[in-house]
Amino acid sequence: MLAAEEVSKRYADVVALDRVSVAVDDGGCLALVGESGAGKSTLLRCFNRLVDPDSGRITVHGSDARALDPIALRRRTGYVAQEGGLLPHWRVGRNVALVPWLQHEPRANERAAEALELVGLDPVRFSGRRPGELSGGQRQRAALARALAGRPDTVLLDEPFGALDAITRGELRESFAELRSRVRFTCVLVTHDLHEAIALATRIAVLRNGLVEQDATPAEMVSAPATEYVETLLSRAGVR
Amino acid sequence: MRAALIALMLLAAGHASRAHGQVVVGSKPFGESYLLGEMMAQTLEGAGIAVKRRLGLGATEIAFEALRTGAIDLYPEYTGTGLVAILHDSSRGTAAQTFDRVSREFQARWGVRWLPPLGFENTYAIAVQRETAQRLALATLSDLARAAPRLRAGLTPDFIGRPDGLPGLARAYGIRFAAVRSLVPAVKYQALAAREVDVIDGYSTDGFIARYDLVVLVDDQRFFPPYQAAALVGRRLTREQPQAVVALMALSGRLDETIMRQLNRRVEVDGEPVARVAADALREMGLGVNQAQPVRRDGDPRAPSSGRVDSASLIRLTLRHLFLVVLSLGLAILVAVPAGLVLERAPRGAEAAIRAVGIIQTIPGLALVAFMLPVLGIGTAPAVAALFLYSLYPIVRNTYTGVRDADRHAVAAALAAGMTPGQVLRHVRLPLAAPVIMAGVRTAGVINVGTATLAALIGAGGLGDPIVAGLALADTRMVLSGAVPAAILALLVDTGLGAAERVVRPDL
Repeated sequence: MLAAEEVSKRYADVVALDRVSVAVDDGGCLALVGESGAGKSTLLRCFNRLVDPDSGRITVHGSDARALDPIALRRRTGYVAQEGGLLPHWRVGRNVALVPWLQHEPRANERAAEALELVGLDPVRFSGRRPGELSGGQRQRAALARALAGRPDTVLLDEPFGALDAITRGELRESFAELRSRVRFTCVLVTHDLHEAIALATRIAVLRNGLVEQDATPAEMVSAPATEYVETLLSRAGVR
Repeated sequence: MRAALIALMLLAAGHASRAHGQVVVGSKPFGESYLLGEMMAQTLEGAGIAVKRRLGLGATEIAFEALRTGAIDLYPEYTGTGLVAILHDSSRGTAAQTFDRVSREFQARWGVRWLPPLGFENTYAIAVQRETAQRLALATLSDLARAAPRLRAGLTPDFIGRPDGLPGLARAYGIRFAAVRSLVPAVKYQALAAREVDVIDGYSTDGFIARYDLVVLVDDQRFFPPYQAAALVGRRLTREQPQAVVALMALSGRLDETIMRQLNRRVEVDGEPVARVAADALREMGLGVNQAQPVRRDGDPRAPSSGRVDSASLIRLTLRHLFLVVLSLGLAILVAVPAGLVLERAPRGAEAAIRAVGIIQTIPGLALVAFMLPVLGIGTAPAVAALFLYSLYPIVRNTYTGVRDADRHAVAAALAAGMTPGQVLRHVRLPLAAPVIMAGVRTAGVINVGTATLAALIGAGGLGDPIVAGLALADTRMVLSGAVPAAILALLVDTGLGAAERVVRPDL
């Protein structure tokens, strides 16, 4: 289980997170939804200690995050950024093998090939390509493969499909849902798209100005929005 | 940084060593000084004393500092220059009084000895074309003061700056020219002949004054001190090799202005080899060992022995040049790249620190070398140190900028994947910054090749030797024999570094 309890974070005089509590069970998918500046990316980054909260507690599978070595924690936590974040000077195969290589895994290249298969990229065709030669959708698939290659128990995704056109976004979303049915991992997904959250998440937390507006299952949220803001988001997403 | 300093110290130590009993003869970078230096060197060799030539050193300040610190043992100097430029003394007296004064002061202050004068004076000669003198009725410098506002002067940079040059002259006579242009000796006479300028400074024993039929204006208010030529001898030689000093004294009182003007003419106008003219002069004075096989017995390329550089010397000079460039650029890379990386970690002080390094770039080369003379002397060590300092800025600046601006997304993703900051630097920031860093190294390399030609002025050799000697002797072919290979070398260094760039460049 991943959990945040009463987590607060300020940057200078801006409050990013104000006593936020959320949780997701093992194997579940928590979507953090909100507009930009709502604090969702900050909260996501607390789970692999790219950010340390000012107060409150982050728990990762039963351990207090503060007690965990950040480097080791990141190596066993997958991470996908909006722009993919592939290293532009490394070929795709080496990019995907990054985490196993950091873990001193002798079969790093095999792990990378397996991960590429999982996300629907042929390792023979794609391993030798440079990131600059891939389409946007292929780049995000490769980034997802890199996040999975270390066989993480948790994957953090920060607007992974946000920079893609609508058709590609739909395809990737379906592939991701299908992937989760085959590979078990806990995931936290940041998105501004409530529709996407409902399609992929087992639990949704709506954030606004660093505060949790509602934390519920998708079904509960759709049937009983807790605030006017959540209701507005739902109708804007075309769900109500 | 420490490695660089140690390397420099080793170089300085190596530079200080000389073969036992070897006497180092210097000169300043103009024709007569080369000639007198060469005559002194051959006189010593005639007495069976081993000689190392370091001719053509910077200017008065550098040559004298080299003598004072023991980097050279002697060089030809003029009493008036000693009085005004070294002692900063504004008193004036007769030739004998001036000689007594500099002898006493130099001995007391530095243990440096003026040997008895060679027998001629070489004062500054302010000269105009005969036609100009007749048209404006110019005979004296007082006459010149009257006509000056309508005249353009072409003066050597040295003369424009020296207290016994233009500033003092302007004050003493109230001379104000319509325009003053700074001209090296090589072009001064042509500029006057082509009427680009109306007045020039020369030396009274100049080979050119007779050739161009110029009128030398009389110093009617006795502004210029007497400039008797003499050998200036350092403390070590007096103490350790008195027989060398005795041998040199054979030259005292043996040259007069007529002889000197003829000798200078052979070197400067006719383009005869300095070594041959020196040997002929010594033979006529009855001092010559038989000089059928003269020239560089010590294998020193610095003696401008002929109007042209043969291919063996050219290769030696080029290798020497390359040595200075590679060593200084290599040290600069070893220091500047890590410095750029450290600064990138401390962005608050970075801009200020990099700008401070940039200020070094604005210090003129000779001034920078002059600051280092007391510590590093002359020769390889100060040349490499100066070239090293000039190479720092482009490399530090580009390393800092390149690493700072390396793809933000890639750096963030590498950290999120669990790379340590060290791994991020080594595997992400540095490779991504490599093209920018290499651009800085290439810039530094090309500037370095060009700047290294100035190394000749401090006795470090290289392709600047024929350039400096050629400019001093007004020998364009000799200048080109250094300048053209230097330009080609700059292109080759840039090409070589370009090839290196393709090796270190990441797989983009």
